[in-house]
Amino acid sequence: MSAPPARKLQLGRVGETVQRVDAIPKVTGEFAFSSDLFAAGMLWGHTVRSPHAHARIVSIDISQAVPMPGVQAVLTHEDVPGAKHYGLEFPDQPVLAIDRVRYFGEPVALVAAEHPEQARRAASRIAVEYEPLEPIVDAERALAQEELHPNRPTSGHGYREDPRPNVVRTMVVRHGDPDAEGDVSVSGVYELGIQDQAFLGPESGLAIPDGEGGIDIYVATQWLHVDRDQVAPCLDLEPERVRIHLAGVGGAFGGREDLSMQIHGAMLALRTNRPVKIVYNRQESFVGHIHRHPARIWAEHRADRDGKLKCVRMRILLDGGAYASSSTAVTSNAASFACGPYAVENALLESTCVYTNNPPCGAMRGFGAVQTCFAGEAQMDKLAAALGVDPVELRLRNALAPGDTLPTGQKLTGSLPVAEVIRRCAAIPVPEPDGLPRDAIRLPGGSGNVTRGEGVRRGVGFAVGFKNIGYSEGFDDYTAARVRLFTDRSGGLVAEVHCAAAEVGQGVSNVLVQVARTELDIVDDVLLAPHTTATVDSAGSASASRMTWMSSGAVRLACAAVREELDRRGGSLDPGEEIDIERIYRHPRTTPLDPETGQVTGERAHVAFACAAMRVVAEVDTELGLVRVAWIGTAQDVGKALNPQAVHGQIEGGTAQGVGLALMEEIQTEDGLITNASFTDYLIPTALDMPRVVAELVEDAEPDAPYGVKGVGEPPTVVSTAAVVAALRAATGRELARVPVRPEHLAGL
Amino acid sequence: MIEPVRGLRISVEVNGERHERDVEARRLLVHFLRDDLDLTGTHVGCDTGNCGACTVIVDGDAVKSCMMLAVQADGSSIETVEGLARNGELHALQQAFSSFHALQCGYCTPGMLLSAKHLLDHNPEPTDGEIRRAIQGNICRCTGYVNIVEAIAAAAKGGVE
Repeated sequence: MSAPPARKLQLGRVGETVQRVDAIPKVTGEFAFSSDLFAAGMLWGHTVRSPHAHARIVSIDISQAVPMPGVQAVLTHEDVPGAKHYGLEFPDQPVLAIDRVRYFGEPVALVAAEHPEQARRAASRIAVEYEPLEPIVDAERALAQEELHPNRPTSGHGYREDPRPNVVRTMVVRHGDPDAEGDVSVSGVYELGIQDQAFLGPESGLAIPDGEGGIDIYVATQWLHVDRDQVAPCLDLEPERVRIHLAGVGGAFGGREDLSMQIHGAMLALRTNRPVKIVYNRQESFVGHIHRHPARIWAEHRADRDGKLKCVRMRILLDGGAYASSSTAVTSNAASFACGPYAVENALLESTCVYTNNPPCGAMRGFGAVQTCFAGEAQMDKLAAALGVDPVELRLRNALAPGDTLPTGQKLTGSLPVAEVIRRCAAIPVPEPDGLPRDAIRLPGGSGNVTRGEGVRRGVGFAVGFKNIGYSEGFDDYTAARVRLFTDRSGGLVAEVHCAAAEVGQGVSNVLVQVARTELDIVDDVLLAPHTTATVDSAGSASASRMTWMSSGAVRLACAAVREELDRRGGSLDPGEEIDIERIYRHPRTTPLDPETGQVTGERAHVAFACAAMRVVAEVDTELGLVRVAWIGTAQDVGKALNPQAVHGQIEGGTAQGVGLALMEEIQTEDGLITNASFTDYLIPTALDMPRVVAELVEDAEPDAPYGVKGVGEPPTVVSTAAVVAALRAATGRELARVPVRPEHLAGL
Repeated sequence: MIEPVRGLRISVEVNGERHERDVEARRLLVHFLRDDLDLTGTHVGCDTGNCGACTVIVDGDAVKSCMMLAVQADGSSIETVEGLARNGELHALQQAFSSFHALQCGYCTPGMLLSAKHLLDHNPEPTDGEIRRAIQGNICRCTGYVNIVEAIAAAAKGGVE
């Protein structure tokens, strides 16, 4: 045998920059996204959705649709074979609406036809009679209005009892003396609009009946096994008969945690005994997934004359929309990180999420920490101004350090280099202002060509943020990996890694391969098996910045077991002989927070934390209220970078999403109806809106994690909205308490 | 009910290969490429001409193929992502996007590559501003564009080994 395979494995281990394993298929167009799938004889599914935010369903008449050309099935709630409700954490959401619709776009009926246009036409013939009801659209008022879910799906799960109507969860954190006074006090009321994940590949998938009553679903998702566990009961099938296979994912960012077409496609496929493909268009995608919770936040920060925080009081109101999704965890996160990465002796933090008839909200990158970081960092700047202290210095004086205690009573035992990321970020040289005249493309308004520089003011902002890594509050989280070792035709050793970790673009596939190469340096090649529920146990979710940590832990364990077995067999395998071992990795255990006090009931409620600091230079055209973000410098706590180039990519992309929330991204509603469900009206940063990002990686190994790694996807999104708006405040002197900041908030100085 | 207009016969050259097909008058170019020619590397992201995932080159112009009818392409020459590599050799842009981590989920990548190719075909030495202007109609939700701009600049300078 020649040497090349072994030489190949000199490269690509943990800690090295490694080209994406899917780079070549993605640049050649060969990579199959979920919307590219095809099966012989497949039908096209279409979903009939509610045009109302809140209505009673009087009747559903499918008789005109059934005989339409090409139609093979028309299904309603009566056709759901098993459980009529599902949900990511609480089964409060009907598979198809039964007697009531609670949000605009809620699925009501399904059609499968030979051609997508035939399915759409038949869908338009389904007559649903609605009796419109008054929609509950204000989160504050919802606390005194009719219950949207009278059975209170989230009560009885150990959360604080809150008898007010429509409460999904209330969490109160009492820390020290919540009435402690300071020498100075600043306060503010802050608001954030609804942000959309806006992943570029709309929801889609293909369901194929296996001919024996079971189903294979190829879909773009974030957690294959939890999809399976929601789908199977609704189909009245044992979980093993539902196999979820990861299809190419066009971005996720939290928006694919909840189900979209999975149950619907499977119902149509099982009814017709033919493969069924469902592809949402962009408009449907806006109602096809949950969004980031909009929030209203009342904050007061008290400090002594030296700028040391004495007490933080914050009330957070989150609008969860029509169904629970992951709102209970978002509620907890908002409170847990409300004080920012600062040591505070006293705090009173109240976070409440309510049901309304607005679009359902759930997971999006940053998950509750984004909202409170925006409010908290604005407060820190107000405090700095009130005290006449430099904002960076004020943050350093209060920075959390290992050994400190969080407001939840959790002691920081792992890594959290807050002061280090602040210092490293502050030390990145801020570029001099661009001179004038200059190309209009590098002025506010960009290609609109609206200024030569007159009326433009420059501001520099700074912010720090942190959030948890992994699932919290006692959730039994684990990741499984299976490694199969065998010999190829030339006698070389090959390791095949099975892990259901969803590759959503973040690069976890590289992590799996890099870990196997590192731990099994005896092998000649490492192969990555398809991500599926069919061959391996759950990997958990590609969310909460957890997947790199968890999957690298699992693959490392499986590799170690394989290596041990190989040694036991004398260090080699005969042709045809194989070793096949699956292992499960768990992070250190967490325990719930006390429902009354919000204090830890064990050592920790959160597994670990990561922080980031960011400095933003922005220019504002004060006549038109237009903004150019000119420069971004950031330092992020990454534990240990397994693939440094990919870590930089996560920081840059995560930053861009926060820039979008700061400046342009908001789902707008009127009485619960989305009015801007398109990329024409929902704006996303382009290459002209995003500047270069100078990012420094702060590597401070996490003691409890494999290789010292931390997740890296969320901290940049947590901090960037706050940092951008800080720069706009510096440029304009305005309070800017709401994002996205609109031109009218900036113009007319 | 309005019945669809009957099919029209069109002849287009795609990536150097001539195709003759009957298409409905209302068929969008992107669906013709994806569904009739099975060239699924061209993606649909927004249906409204905003995201650029469906960008292809038609007779030398970068075009959003969801904004053009297939019948309008009759007689034209089209380049898609599938035609970028020649004889198994990746285009300099494909090499650079791979090496510079200029993609994550990859959904925007084919459209981004075609917009970048159109730029380099007309301006072999673009500035940072010219690169950004050329891809302003292509949304990437994953990368923040930093590595995309670097990759295009590197490809213009002769690419990566």
